[in-house]
Amino acid sequence: MMELLLSLEQAGQNLLGVFWLPLWTLVKIMVIVGPLMGAVAYLTLAERKVIGWMQIRIGPNRVGPLGLLQPLADGLKLLMKEIIIPAGSNKFLFVLGPVIALMPALAAWAVVPFNAELVLSNANAGLLYILAMTSLGVYGVIIAGWASNSKYAFLGALRSAAQIVSYEIAMGFALVCVLMAAQSMNLGDIVHGQQGRYGALNWYFIPLFPMFLVYFISGVAEANRAPFDVAEGESEIVAGFHVEYSGMAFALFFLAEYANMILIAFLTSIMFLGGWLSPVPFLPDSIVWIFAKVFFVLFLFLWFRATFPRYRYDQLMRLGWKVFIPLSIVWVVVVGAWMQTPLWVW
Amino acid sequence: MNFLDIVFYVFAAITVFAAMGVITSRNPVNAALFLVLAFCSSAGIWMLLEAEFLAIVLVLVYVGAVMVLFLFVVMMLDINLVRLREGFWRWFPFGAGLAGLMVFEMIYVLGARQTSDTVHAIVHPADYSNTKELGRLLYTDYVYPFELAAVLLLVAMVAAIALTLRRRAGVKTQNISEQVQVQAGDRVRIVKQMSAEGTGSATRK
Repeated sequence: MMELLLSLEQAGQNLLGVFWLPLWTLVKIMVIVGPLMGAVAYLTLAERKVIGWMQIRIGPNRVGPLGLLQPLADGLKLLMKEIIIPAGSNKFLFVLGPVIALMPALAAWAVVPFNAELVLSNANAGLLYILAMTSLGVYGVIIAGWASNSKYAFLGALRSAAQIVSYEIAMGFALVCVLMAAQSMNLGDIVHGQQGRYGALNWYFIPLFPMFLVYFISGVAEANRAPFDVAEGESEIVAGFHVEYSGMAFALFFLAEYANMILIAFLTSIMFLGGWLSPVPFLPDSIVWIFAKVFFVLFLFLWFRATFPRYRYDQLMRLGWKVFIPLSIVWVVVVGAWMQTPLWVW
Repeated sequence: MNFLDIVFYVFAAITVFAAMGVITSRNPVNAALFLVLAFCSSAGIWMLLEAEFLAIVLVLVYVGAVMVLFLFVVMMLDINLVRLREGFWRWFPFGAGLAGLMVFEMIYVLGARQTSDTVHAIVHPADYSNTKELGRLLYTDYVYPFELAAVLLLVAMVAAIALTLRRRAGVKTQNISEQVQVQAGDRVRIVKQMSAEGTGSATRK
């Protein structure tokens, strides 16, 4: 398999010269983005099914066996719908908003490793890159909210801007703890740092447990998911930033949200739950493990949505600024001191 | 002309275009968004120089945080464009003089001496980590300037908070810890009420 790829690369290099590198990278990107979009489609179905079961309903069950074709029907419906651009809106930015929302959600996948070899770009500053890309996602929301020229959309955009800026700091400090423990910002090296004889006990979620919680909860907030979805808040501001959108433009926001969820799930698995490492020493490490962990974390997202009521805006700010940021700063110091002692066994 | 050269010219063109947009667009929100584009494309150019830490931190700090707050403020301002452009011709000579000075400085700094022989980025081995090198320098050779800058930022932060923190009398606030600690018994009182005699078969739970 590896030889085949190498010879293909050689042939392409000879054939296309300068243009081979962008073309080959494009092929690799498609190999990641294609399945990701499929996963997004079926995550929407899983969400409706899981929440349905939690609320003792059936969920979608009409389109195809067990409702399995529901995402295709939804996609077709959204494609066919007319995109209405409000008369008073800034037309260019109105169209650009959903595109900007989706772009960083996909770009961050460049450095996500699936196993020891399978990664698009084995960047040394992978962790920083991830943090930068996830912080860009807010622009889609802000631009969409402002360009719609609607009060509800604008309120959603403002809420989202304040929320992202608040939670990003705590998220950054949580990642600082991870990079201190792993002594690397390369996501592959972070997983290797969690390798050891005791399986799951070597993973970082044990020494960095508070940061594990901080990161995951901030991740839920950054992905604009319930219970932190104040940017949409349909009970208060109708649908927030995407109230004026319809058809495929509206669908792009959803693609971005679910792609972000899957991304956060992958990152949580990689940084705290040992990535592709096996939880028990007698089983081999494999890509199966990372998918299992991602499924578990994604289930937590759905579980949250089904069980928690939405946070009030002041509670949200309080949690970010008065709980998470002090906690994460203290834990950076704790980890730093802990690593200087022989008690640090990770 | 290899692939990296093409990428450089694309990024450079976008940066210049965006920088022009910042100063020519009439709407401040558009100007701020053009500035975001300029930051992103200059981060791309830094990335080509293998300054990955600086490039990503530029996006993370300036685009991800500073410009978000900028937009936050600019969007809420009710800006009257006519008033904004009122004194244009009166201040034009001053602005033109300042621009001329800047151009002169730029030419002087980046002038013929340095660019006479083409500058190439130093090629590093694959395991070179720009972040590690920068960290090593910052915490050894430049530790005093670094700490000084940190203290300066802390002072600025404390000052900003002190300036905006006002205690006004009669403000209605919610005591969050009280709200969190509340028990069901504090809010709901269960009263056992016997139904009146002889009213039939009213069932109670």
